[in-house]
Parts: sequence; structure tokens; C-alpha cells
Amino acid sequence: MKRLKNFLLLLAAAPVLAFASGAGPHLDKAPVNLADQDSLQRGARMFVNYCLNCHSASAMRYSRLQDIGLSEDQIKENLLFASEKPGELMKISMPKAEAKAWFGAAPPDLSVIARSRGADWLYTYLRGFYRDDSRATGWNNTVFDKVGMPHVMWSLQGEQIAHYKTVVDHEGKETHVFDRFELIKPGTVTLAEYDAQVGDLVNYLVWMGEPAQLQRKKLGIIVLVFLGIFFVVAYYLKKEFWKDIH
Amino acid sequence: MSALQKMMGWVDDRFPLTATYKAHLSEYYAPKNFNFWYFFGSLALLVLVLQIVTGIFLTMNYKPDAELAFASVEYIMRDVDWGWLIRYMHSTGASMFFVVVYLHMFRGLMYGSYRKPRELIWIFGVMIYLALMAEAFLGYLLPWGQMSYWGAQVIVNLFAAVPFIGEDLSIWIRGDYVIGDATLNRFFAFHVIALPLVLLGLVVVHLVALHEVGSNNPDGVEIKKHKDPVTHIPLDGIPFHPYYTVKDIVGVIVFLMVFSAILFFAPEMGGYFLEAANFVPADPLKTPEHIAPLWYFTPFYAILRAVPPLFGSQFPGVVAMGMSIVLMFFLPWLDRSKVKSIRYRGPIYKVALALFIISFIGLGYLGLLPSTPVATIFAQVFSVIYFLFFLLMPWYTSIDKTKPEPERVTG
Repeated sequence: MKRLKNFLLLLAAAPVLAFASGAGPHLDKAPVNLADQDSLQRGARMFVNYCLNCHSASAMRYSRLQDIGLSEDQIKENLLFASEKPGELMKISMPKAEAKAWFGAAPPDLSVIARSRGADWLYTYLRGFYRDDSRATGWNNTVFDKVGMPHVMWSLQGEQIAHYKTVVDHEGKETHVFDRFELIKPGTVTLAEYDAQVGDLVNYLVWMGEPAQLQRKKLGIIVLVFLGIFFVVAYYLKKEFWKDIH
Repeated sequence: MSALQKMMGWVDDRFPLTATYKAHLSEYYAPKNFNFWYFFGSLALLVLVLQIVTGIFLTMNYKPDAELAFASVEYIMRDVDWGWLIRYMHSTGASMFFVVVYLHMFRGLMYGSYRKPRELIWIFGVMIYLALMAEAFLGYLLPWGQMSYWGAQVIVNLFAAVPFIGEDLSIWIRGDYVIGDATLNRFFAFHVIALPLVLLGLVVVHLVALHEVGSNNPDGVEIKKHKDPVTHIPLDGIPFHPYYTVKDIVGVIVFLMVFSAILFFAPEMGGYFLEAANFVPADPLKTPEHIAPLWYFTPFYAILRAVPPLFGSQFPGVVAMGMSIVLMFFLPWLDRSKVKSIRYRGPIYKVALALFIISFIGLGYLGLLPSTPVATIFAQVFSVIYFLFFLLMPWYTSIDKTKPEPERVTG
């Protein structure tokens, strides 16, 4: 009986068990909307200007940007260096070994970064840089502690410092958790504008993670409608055949 | 005689085409009372064909090379015409194969489909299940993502736990001291040639054995006991074609609707079918924080972790994991009940089966989580129930109060 009671207690603890594994920094919800082509185009421009010098997207072709409404000429004039062709992959000239020496780790390829990290992580990460003099780059990040990447978009966002607070949990253990940011030097845009720009960039990264995804969902509806009609036909066919089976 | 009949006659004199068609379709008599649970056999066959066909097309563009594999998958996803569709069909198909097979096996447990005279059908089925697990494990290395790499590392290291020869054995399997290009190449060879051949062969013998003795049914009674005195056709049997072919088409469509809903709208299935960590290229120098096998392996992974190491060796856990599958082979002889179907079984078997299913799903859930002391206790309790379901079966099925079976199927 006592054993049974213990077992039931354990069963009651199961939901807690599930939540225990989900710890980590709080992530803000990224405003992802793949139907918004303007946002995707703004994001593509941000990506080419700010990311595509150190990070590659070596699975992605420039010409694929036509899928988000850019013409080949627009891609050529605005997003390509003179020597590149639209059919080329988004590669970079920085050698991996040197990148590793400079940053401590080679900047990862961003082709499918939104699929491995998730949109919310990227959105919070790109807004989570703060000044930290103990770091070689002078920057640290709330969701990626001791990150090797400096704050690339600091001129937009400005410089902020992070305030941490001490929290005592139910076991009496003290932990430092992020409390809030304080802007110490404003950037060229307001924080709301910066959030929107990062939102565009993350939106673009989500799209770039799987450029076929809009086509996929569109095709999915057609396939399901077809199967729905087919189901009705097959159902009545079966009924007709089985009429004499009792 | 029409030209078509003439041609059929010509073929039949040289090859048993009409005879085969009759024996396996138009004059194969299946019980008329198949229910929902009887869709999953034909669906498993459908998924097998789907996996083979999509696999052939993936092979045309995939590169089994540690330097190129990850990028070639993205190439398929972006630059190959309809490559994304083929790849998602294959990745969704892998998980759905296990969904279908687990439901198919559960059907067998419910209606006693493994009982005499169908012991060999069951044994071939368990072999198919084993081959399928091997096939899935080998295939999961091919995208060469972090979870591919480290998942393979963990599983191959299980062989290293074998006493005395373990270390050499694991090197022999990998072809290297770590998972590397040699491993990828041999896993590719096994995944695209060796295991599919084994699977196809086993499916053929599974079906040949089934068609020899005839299908079981939800009542667990033999339809061959009551035949028409003139035609010798079982009174409760109906020809597989057209009755079950038209019925299975309905099942296939419903299945394809579920399949398509996943494929087109949630191909990652929240990280259960395609894991986020597998979108990071394999890095032998960076161990992921949390390594979990794909969902269909987690019940066995949880059993592995539930067994405490002995003298610092994980071998007891490996043995327990192996035993959890080996026991399935003995099921036809462990069950001593007078009846086959759950409809006429007593309360003890019903409770035992329910506990078994809860434990299996519970183990599957725990296998996904990082190991914690509480989770380990749960996994141990569930593992014990899992094993007792088999080991105590001769006892509890023989004392269970069964209801009398009907003479004929009840519809």
C-alpha cells in the first residue's frame, strides 16, 4: 500500500518533471510573418549588409531571392558585389581557420540557423548584446553568454548595459538572472525601430532556412483538398461493394 | 477467346500469373469482420514502397561523404526540383513507418494474432521490426547533422560495453576510432542496399506465412473451421479483392491525409521527426548538451538508462535493452490463455496489457528527457512492468477467467 502511494506521488510529479527540462533564458516572441514580402526584402538587405561578411549562407543562392519578390536586376544592383553572379551561393572570402583565430570560433553558416536555433532565440539574441569590458570584443549577450561575436548592429541599436538580479530559489540557492537593459548610448534608430529591423532580419532568416516553405504550404492545401474529394469517392465505392456483406 | 484471354493463357502456361493472383487476392479469403486495427498491415507496405521510391530519388543527389553530406541534403532541399518534397516524404515516412508498425503490433497483442498457428508470422514480424530499427538508425546518420553524429556515437559505443571484445568490436563497426567518413560510407551502403533487401525478403515471408494460414480477426476464432460444404470457402471469409482492396483504399486515403498534414504543414513535427540540433553540421569536437535518439527508439533507450552500471560497465543496460526485444520472439509460447482475442479474455490480461502500453509510452517519454533521479525511478518502474508483462505471462494468462469464444465471427 505504501509503495502504491509512493508510486502515485511520483505520477503526480510527472508534469514537474516535464517542465524541469525546459529551463533557460526567457525568449521574446519573434514577429515572423512569411507572407510579408516587404519585411522579407528588408530582412534580406539587413542580412547582406550586416551578416554576410563574416557569416556565409552557403546553401543559399542570391537568385533565390526572386522568390520573395526581388527582380534579378534588383538583386544585382543592391545585394551583389560587382564580381558576383546571381546564380552563385552566398559564400564569403574569410578563411575558416583565420576566423577561428580572430573570434575564438568560426562564425557558423547561417543557411539553416533559424531551423537549429529557432526564430525566438535569434530575435532575442540579436537584441541581447550588452557592454562587458571583461570580454575581448567588449560585448556579451544575455542568451549566449561569452559569445565570440561582437555586436555588429551597435550603431543602430546603440550601446546598452545589462542589469542582473539575484534570485533565491526554494532550495535557498542563489542565481543571477537577467533583469533589464539600460541604454547608455543611443543608436541611430529608436529601440522600437531596432526591434522592427531585427524582426525583419529574423523573418528573412526563417524564410532562408527553407525557401520552399511557402510553396510547400500552398501545395499542401491542394493535396489535402484532392485527398478529401478522393476520400468521398472511395468511401462510397467501399460502401457499394460491401452492401452484400452482413 | 479475346486477344487478352489468349495472352493470359500464353503467360499462364509459362508463369503462374492467374494462379498467384487468385491465391493472394481474388481467392484469398479474409475474415469479414476486420476493424480499424486491420488497416495498418497494408499501410506498412505502402510506407515501405514510399520509402524505397523516395530513397532512390534521394540517392541520386545525396553525397555519402563527411565533407559533402550535410550540404548535399540542403542542395536537395533547395536546388533539386521537388527535392524538398522527396526529402520530407522520406523523413516523415521514417517516423510514420514506426507509427504504423507500432499500431500493427498492438493489434497483434490485442487479438492474439501471434498465437498458434501464426507463430512464424509473428516471428517474421519481430524480425521486420528489428531490421526496420537498424534501417532507421543507419539512415539517421546520413544527413550528417550533430544529432546524426552523436546519436550514432552513443549507439555504437553500446557495443564497446561488451566485455573483453567491446573496444575492438566498436572500432570494427565504425571503421575508425571515431564516427567518420568510413562509418558514413558503410552506413550508407547498409541503408540503401543491405537492409532494404533484408526488409523486402522478410516482408515476403511474413506475407507468405500469413496467406498460408489465413488472417486472424478481432474475435480470434478460425474462420477455416466452418467452410461451405460445396465450395470449401470459409463461411465468414470474403475475397481480399475486391472487398479489402476497396476498404484499404479508404484507409490509405485517411493515412495519406494525416501524412500530408505533417509533411506539408509540420515536417519537423515539433522536433520529433526532424530534430533542431540536426540542422547543425556534425562536429566531432562539440558534444551537444542533450543527446536523445529519435522518438521511436526512446522506450529502449530509457530501459538502457534505467539499469544501473555494474563495475562501471554499462553492459547490464545493454543486455536489458537487447532482452526487451528478444522477449518478443517468445510471445507465442508465453501466452497460455484459452482464447486469443481481448474480447474474450479476463480482466487480468486486460490490466496487464494496459499497464504494458502505459509503461511503453512512459518509457518512450522518459527516453526523450535528460536523465534525472526522479526520471530514473520512473524508468525503472516502467521497465520492470515491461519485463513482467512477458515473464509473468504464462502464469497470469492461465489463471485469467476467460469468456467462451463464439463459434463464428461476430461482425
